[in-house]
Amino acid sequence: MATMIEVRKLDLHYGDFKALHGIDMEIEENEVTALIGPSGCGKSTFIRTINRMNDLIDSVRIDGEIYYGGENIYDDRYDVIELRKRIGMVFQKPNPFPMSIYDNIAYGPRIHGKKNKAELDILVEKSLHHAALWDEVKDRIHSPAMGLSGGQQQRLCLARTLAVEPDVVLMDEPTSALDPVSTAKIEDLVHELKKDYTIVIVTHNMQQAGRISDRTAFFLNGYIEEFGTTDQIFFNPVSSKTEAYISGKFG
Amino acid sequence: MNKVRLMGERVMERFLMICALISIISVLFMTVFIFKEGLPLFKHVGVADFLFGSQWDPQGDNPLFGILPFIVGSIMVTAFSMVIAVPIGLAVGIFMAEFAKGRIADVLRSVIELLAGIPSVIYGLFGYIAIAPVVRSLTSSNTGLGILTGAIVLAIMVLPTIINITEVSLRAVPSHLKEGSMGVGASHWQTIVKILVPAASSGITAGVILAMGRSIGETMAVLMVAGNSPTMPRGLLSSARTLTMNIATGISYASGDHWISLFTTGMVLFVFILVLNIVVQVFLKRSIEKDS
Ligand SMILES: Nc1ncnc2c1ncn2[C@@H]1O[C@H](COP(=O)(O)OP(=O)(O)OP(=O)(O)O)[C@@H](O)[C@H]1O
Ligand SMILES: [Mg+2]
Repeated sequence: MATMIEVRKLDLHYGDFKALHGIDMEIEENEVTALIGPSGCGKSTFIRTINRMNDLIDSVRIDGEIYYGGENIYDDRYDVIELRKRIGMVFQKPNPFPMSIYDNIAYGPRIHGKKNKAELDILVEKSLHHAALWDEVKDRIHSPAMGLSGGQQQRLCLARTLAVEPDVVLMDEPTSALDPVSTAKIEDLVHELKKDYTIVIVTHNMQQAGRISDRTAFFLNGYIEEFGTTDQIFFNPVSSKTEAYISGKFG
Repeated sequence: MNKVRLMGERVMERFLMICALISIISVLFMTVFIFKEGLPLFKHVGVADFLFGSQWDPQGDNPLFGILPFIVGSIMVTAFSMVIAVPIGLAVGIFMAEFAKGRIADVLRSVIELLAGIPSVIYGLFGYIAIAPVVRSLTSSNTGLGILTGAIVLAIMVLPTIINITEVSLRAVPSHLKEGSMGVGASHWQTIVKILVPAASSGITAGVILAMGRSIGETMAVLMVAGNSPTMPRGLLSSARTLTMNIATGISYASGDHWISLFTTGMVLFVFILVLNIVVQVFLKRSIEKDS
């Protein structure tokens, strides 16, 4: 098993406010890494640094390095477009585009130059299978994506991400807007997907982290309080704060 | 105490109600009045002769009341002003919503606000002194006054409307759509073209139609630069008269049927504006429904 992503001494400022302090982390290939911690501790901020989504926010300043494929993604010459192709992201709120199911999924591949209809058809079907949505939508893949339920929309967004064939999938609380049945589906999926992908997932749900992740990072006030295998963090935490959080005493 | 406050609320509510009624009544009055003054022309002139006649000679021995040249003039001036204003307005609107930052954005924004506040007669003066000579020297036009010059002046006039509505509509597109697009590796520009502009298109369309309404209704500026010849326009450089110009030109000396025909011209203009407004409503409604 190899290290996919290495985070070194990462600091992030929103203007004058320092939201991340000296984050160090290794994300292993074909594993699920969970990020947990109380609201406002910087989980979303951190996960967005991994595919440079924070570039969209003007006030953000980042120091430190993130190595992916041997290169520092914050290097000036680094190709952000290529990075986001390799490291996809699923957001907290399902965000399908106002177009058909098919066009949503074909969006990424088309952007990256795939025009061949037959190839796209295959890719769309494959991605929908991967996201366990094919059976539910196969008869209406040219109807608007907005007509799907919340849980289906979220799986559609996952399929959209998978369609660009990334190595890593980042998920920021992908189930927080979903009902228990849809949540269970996404969790099963994460389990399936880690055979082929490396997954980083933010979650507020302790049981979820325990069920699906191999490693867990506990964030507190912009620092990593503790990082280790999920078993160790849950059953044998070093920090008393980690223990308190895991057992539900705060957060 | 409570009673007093309740009274106050009632008075306020009544007051607002009355203001609303006054505006509705003014619109009704205007409509009724224009039609009442304008319709009697059709006792002497056929509707088809009026709308589709191409001769305008209201004071001749055998008076002719064909306003087709003015309808064509209005449509041509408005259409060409849109051809110029829409691409520029869209580009500036996109720039303001997605790229402009800091001081440049502030300066640009105040310039556009200023542009929106300049009286149309000043646009007319500017067109006469600055644009007409350029058109004259670059083309075969003798005076530089005509449809092209009118369209350029109108285009500058309606730019702020298009820019503002484009910017506002783009800013109203939920940011998670932008993130979704950038998140699969689309560039900023691809995201604008494929996601943001389509999502904002109903609002932008409404803005363009609103600008069209302003353009077709504008009088003073075109009166000064479009040449005002009451004949069928023959092309872009041809001198022309619009519906609004026809009314403004005649109002100072017309009498009899000529006087009445000015109101009839107003009726036609009114119908144009009404149709544009209905179209705007439809688009705005559609954009609201799409958001929810
Ligand atoms: N765009 C922004 N500008 C300024 N400050 C921000 C911005 N986004 C987040 N912050 C601040 O950074 C800190 C970390 O926020 P972040 O969203 O990463 O927390 P989180 O752990 O994801 O919380 P939650 O569990 O509620 O999603 C918070 O104090 C937040 O107020
Ligand atoms: Mg968050």
